[in-house]
Order: sequence, then C-alpha cells, then structure tokens
Amino acid sequence: MSTPLAAQPVLRLQKLTRVHGSGATEVHALRGIDLDVHPGELVAVMGPSGSGKSTLLTIAGGLDSPTSGQVVVEGTDITTAGAKELAALRRRSIGYVFQDYNLIPALTAAENVALPRELDGTSARKARGEALAALEEMGLGHLADRFPDEMSGGQQQRVAIARALVGDRRLVLADEPTGALDSETGESVLALLRTRCDAGAAGVLVTHEPRFAAWADRVVFLRDGAIVDQTVRSEADSLLTGRVAEA
Amino acid sequence: MSIRHGLLALLEHGPRYGSQLRTEFESRTGSTWPLNVGQVYTTLGRLERDGLVSQGGADGAGHPLYAITDAGRAELRTWFERPVDRSSPARDELAIKLAMAVGAPGVDIREVIQAQRRHTVKAMQDYTRLKAQALTALEDGGPRERDDVAWLLVLEQLIFQTEAEARWLDHCESRLIRLSATAPAAPATAHPAAPATASEPGAGAGVRRGPGAGVGAGDGGGGSGGAAGGGAEGRGR
Repeated sequence: MSTPLAAQPVLRLQKLTRVHGSGATEVHALRGIDLDVHPGELVAVMGPSGSGKSTLLTIAGGLDSPTSGQVVVEGTDITTAGAKELAALRRRSIGYVFQDYNLIPALTAAENVALPRELDGTSARKARGEALAALEEMGLGHLADRFPDEMSGGQQQRVAIARALVGDRRLVLADEPTGALDSETGESVLALLRTRCDAGAAGVLVTHEPRFAAWADRVVFLRDGAIVDQTVRSEADSLLTGRVAEA
Repeated sequence: MSIRHGLLALLEHGPRYGSQLRTEFESRTGSTWPLNVGQVYTTLGRLERDGLVSQGGADGAGHPLYAITDAGRAELRTWFERPVDRSSPARDELAIKLAMAVGAPGVDIREVIQAQRRHTVKAMQDYTRLKAQALTALEDGGPRERDDVAWLLVLEQLIFQTEAEARWLDHCESRLIRLSATAPAAPATAHPAAPATASEPGAGAGVRRGPGAGVGAGDGGGGSGGAAGGGAEGRGR
C-alpha cells in the first residue's frame, strides 16, 4: 500500500537469535531475525519444517525467550520485562490461535472468549459483554452459548480468533490455524483473520500452505532460522484487470 | 484457450455482434485472457466458414449480428462433454528452466527456485485479493451474478494452479537437498548447482541420473501431474 502504515509497529523483532543446546549439539533455531508487523497488517511466515517458524512465533508471544535480540510488543520490550509484567502483557496485548483451537471444553464460546478479560481483572459481567460484542462483530453471535464439542472445527477456530482479539488486544499470533481444517473451512478462517487485520489488528500467521499464506499482505520466507526473502504487496489498483495474468 | 468455443457458448444465449462478444467474454473471465476485437472477428469469420455461426441482420445501431447454427450447437455440446486434453502437456517454461538449471555452471538452482517461489506466491496473493473482492461482490448479490460466479471460478483456477507450482517448487528444493545429501562424496555433487564435469564419472552420473530423473517427474508435475495434483487436492480437502 502506498499509504504509510501507522508509524509504531505492534510487533517488532530485532536481531532475534535462539540457540538450543550448546557445544557440539548446538542448534541455531533463529539467526538474526528482524521483522516489524504494523496495525492492519497480516504477515505470513513460510518455510520448511525446522526452518524456525514456530520458534519465531513462540518467542514473539513471550512463551520462550530469545538467546539474544529484542521482542517489542506495543512498545514494551518483553525480553527485559519481569515475569509479572510479561504475564500481564501476554494477557492484554497478545492473542494466540493454535492448530487445535485450545478452547476450554467446559466453557461456552462466550465464556471462552471472556476468560482472558476476566483473568485480567475485568468484571465477569463486563467481560461477557465484551465477549458477546467480539463474537457478534465476527458474525459468531449465534455460537455464544455453545460448548466446543457442539461446534465444528471451523467454528471453534473462529471463536479462538475472537478470543485472541477480545478487548483491545490487537496482536494475533496464529500457528498453522488451518492445519486441522478442510480446505474450504480453512479459507473461511483465513478470511476472518484477514478482516480482523483490515479492521486494525496485526497478525502473524505461520503456515506451510501457500494458498493460506496468500491471504497475507506480506509473505516472509524462512530458511535455517533466517529470513531469506519476502514478497512485497502490490498496489491495489494495478491488479484489477488482466495485467495480473500477464505478469 | 479456445476462443472459438467461448464465442459459441456466448452466442447460444442469442445473437450478438463482435465487440459485444468481446465484452461478455472478458466479464466472464475477468479479462484474464484479454481479447482484441480483431481476434473476435477473425474467429467469427472462421466459425461462419465452418457453418457454426451465421451472419444475419443488425442491431438498432447497425452492428452486424452473428447467430449460432444447429451445427454450432452440436459442436458446443461436444466441447462441453469432451475433457480438455491433459495427456500432451503444454510446454512449461519453468519446468524447462529448472531442467536446464540442473548442473548449469554458475547457476544456484536454489536461488532460481526461491526467486520463482517469491514471484508465484506474490501472484497468489494478488489473485487471493481479487478473489476476496469477487466473494464480496457475490455476497452483495449484484445484477451480474453469473459473471461474478464465472470470474470467481477462473480466479480460483489461477490460485490452485499457482499453489500447485509453489508446492512443486518446495518439493524440488527438498528433493535436491535430499539428493545432494545422499550423493556420492564427490565434490561436484556436494552441491546440486555445481557444474558436472565429464571427467568425474561419479559426479556426472549422479547429476545426470539423479536430478535428471527428478526433472522428468517434475516436467509432468508442472504440466499434467501438477494440475491433476492441485485438482485432486481441491476435491480432497
């Protein structure tokens, strides 16, 4: 896009490295990753297995620590944050979407979505209101009182996206969110993620499926722990006609 | 691409004049394969010569109108019934390029693959955005719904085709890595892009037989095999 994205990235990775083990068994999972993700942007990370995709995502979400480098979420460096601060930041700023949905089976969709807000100290009533609003906004209002086992995989995953972005959280990290879904359902999940990013969220999507990565604004290619290449978004107007096919 | 049959299909909806056919063809296929009006008239001339259309009358503005004949309808039905031939794949520049890159001096085949992958995924991103727009247009239920559906199908074909290509490229890369890992410990085979020299029998055979066989499979993969793989996958998931 030619319009500049908001100056401050929601997520900034700087010179990120992660080394597992030491000495002879040392494995460099990440080697100097730099990546900014702005509000409104969906970035897909592609690469063969073992290229560091999932490591990148777990470190970006504060679930693992880098060996060196910085992870800045909404202006705060989570690598230097204390345990308490980090936990709060994870609750307030970062949403996860996993391959296997990870909804809590004993809670309804609305309760699942409300949970992170309640954990963050919001009153149950207010949290429920926010959860219903989030579900409604994503066209999932009719699922509010269903339990996970009363929903299809695609519905559960959409609820998981609602949970990831409830309240004012606007960073969603999705690790193979379509992995357990059939092609068409996977697509509807991606379409939802896309509209959330269009509405201002920042998303990082790890996938090995090119057709799902193609929903992103930018596709980053990872090899052996380093970004080796990326696509740059086209001007929207240049692709309305047959010119695309001639490229 | 069969312009002939495309025009016959449009004429089955009633008589039309040349530039009208061009417009309708493009709104169905989203101008993915732009036609010029000259091509339309040349094709109409041939169809008329073959007795598949006939020229008769004109519209209010004086445009000469073409109509489909019974023979034209029969030909059209046969076209819809007969599968498009995939047993003699069209020449695929990418498959040829990778075949030539195997062992080409000074060429890093992995870079060739990555440059193509970036381009292919980028094209998929573009098609996917167009598809999202087409889906929105369909949901809004515009007056040209038939055209929107047709355009969506064409776009999804482009997406599946580029997906098949991206997956094939991933496969080529891992194939080459596997082959270079298991290749005999001759220096020239340590890297797939290393030039093969006739003076190193081990290396020469490795390069020629290993990746050569891979390219044979890959050629089919890029053409009929790849298309079939993408299609099967579309149905399977």
